[in-house]
Amino acid sequence: MSDEPLLRVKNLTKYYGSRLGCADVNFELYPGEVLAIVGESGSGKTTLLNTLSANLEPSSGEALYRMRDESWRNIYELSEAERRFLTRTDWGFVHQNPADGLRMTVSAGANVGERLMAVGDRHYGKIRDTALDWLGRVEIAADRIDDQPRSFSGGMRQRLQIARNLVTGPRLVFMDEPTGGLDVSVQARLLDLLRQLVGELGLSAIVVTHDLAVARLLSHRMMVMKGGHVIEAGLTDRVLDDPREPYTQLLVSSILQV
Amino acid sequence: MNAVANYNFAYLDEQTKRMIRRAILKAVAIPGYQVPFSSREMPMPYGWGTGGVQVTASIIGPDDVLKVIDQGADDTTNAVSIRAFFAKVAQVQTTTHTAEATIIQTRHRIPERKLEAGQILVYQVPIPEPLRFLEPRETETRKMHALEEYGLMHVKLYEDIARHGRIATTYAYPVKVEGRYVMDPSPTPKFDNPKMHRSEALQLFGAGREHRIYAVPPHTDVVSLDFEDHPFTIQHFEQPCALCGAEQVYLDEVILDDRGGHMYVCSDTDHCEERREAGHVGVLGMQEAAE
Repeated sequence: MSDEPLLRVKNLTKYYGSRLGCADVNFELYPGEVLAIVGESGSGKTTLLNTLSANLEPSSGEALYRMRDESWRNIYELSEAERRFLTRTDWGFVHQNPADGLRMTVSAGANVGERLMAVGDRHYGKIRDTALDWLGRVEIAADRIDDQPRSFSGGMRQRLQIARNLVTGPRLVFMDEPTGGLDVSVQARLLDLLRQLVGELGLSAIVVTHDLAVARLLSHRMMVMKGGHVIEAGLTDRVLDDPREPYTQLLVSSILQV
Repeated sequence: MNAVANYNFAYLDEQTKRMIRRAILKAVAIPGYQVPFSSREMPMPYGWGTGGVQVTASIIGPDDVLKVIDQGADDTTNAVSIRAFFAKVAQVQTTTHTAEATIIQTRHRIPERKLEAGQILVYQVPIPEPLRFLEPRETETRKMHALEEYGLMHVKLYEDIARHGRIATTYAYPVKVEGRYVMDPSPTPKFDNPKMHRSEALQLFGAGREHRIYAVPPHTDVVSLDFEDHPFTIQHFEQPCALCGAEQVYLDEVILDDRGGHMYVCSDTDHCEERREAGHVGVLGMQEAAE
């Protein structure tokens, strides 16, 4: 991991009218690092993720991002064109429901190739080769390249969504419950795959999950949220093995044991 | 003066014409950009060219000569009724000859004869948004145009090649205008796309139901989108027109009987007639003469 962070978040606050979404979030994210945001429903973790990924405008605070040219930019002060370019090249967003992140009516190959075409690739053969390569990496058979995602299983759709996001070599990926809605064995496989890809590509990722096992497997650090506030943050193993806050203790102790 | 109330010249009231002319001027100033306008109810159903009729009504003057074509033909229902409409409400001279016309309203085709400076081609457009079937949200497509995010258009062409082995889009083939806006040239066959490129004539597009007007001014670059390894090509026909023997023109297939007999004839009826008058004869034209 490099010494300089990729993302610096300072006092990020989001209100929906007078209702609090999340408040005073501060953290730094380093290249190659995976940060998990955990908490119960309504704790503000998805609001935080959507604000960080510039889908929502914060009420106050800033998020500084180190661009590819090493300049630091506040993502909320980028022009819309710059922000949209950033989100489809240097960032990725993996939705909980793959249908939200995929184009369900175009083939798997086109889904993977869309970002390439969006940044100006105009060679069909090369786009297709890259798509094939990425389908292989997420363990989708090459002969499914011309099939539409609606003929795919839930796990395959999620893997396709991941391939679609990673094809431009992003440095930061946001994931919203990436394993939600998948059955347990598929979850395990997807987690394996994600862990491997994150390691191989040196990605930074911010993963929102309510599943502490996902946080344990994927993340280096985690933040625990409650009522819109970050109540505890630290190395994942530290937080899970030695929770400090009563709420975190409750959360950890309420994991079901088989 | 007679006591019976008359229509205003060219049917539309003057305020409406001014409003449409303003939209047209803006469209000409920003080639390929879809300008919203307040489309009026016309005495014909949507899909019959209400957009084109409103554009024509706004630009036509008493000295204009109007030609109307539908699928290249001057004698189909749509073309005949629109021609009759303007003959009645604007008392303008109408013609079927491309060379004589100052305004040509069209659905589906650009005449084979090269258009000249001073002529205006008015297209009837059903769906002006080239990205519509890929992105259903209007707010999003407007943003994509504004930010020049046209990757999605190539996704469609990619899908064509993945499914059919080639770009199978044959009509409404997307073009980039003056290096900036991606535009739907309305349901013209892609055969006509090259004719739009640096045309001497002014090209106006009216979509009545969708409330949009856009334009390609004379001498404007109009480039069909494609891939480096799958370049844009136009349709090719195996045989010449059966009536006039013309090659390098767009042909219609006409079924002759119920035993599989068919022939290919010029889609542009005026072009075909002029050629036959000039003595050109095709395969079936000779038989006709012999009989």
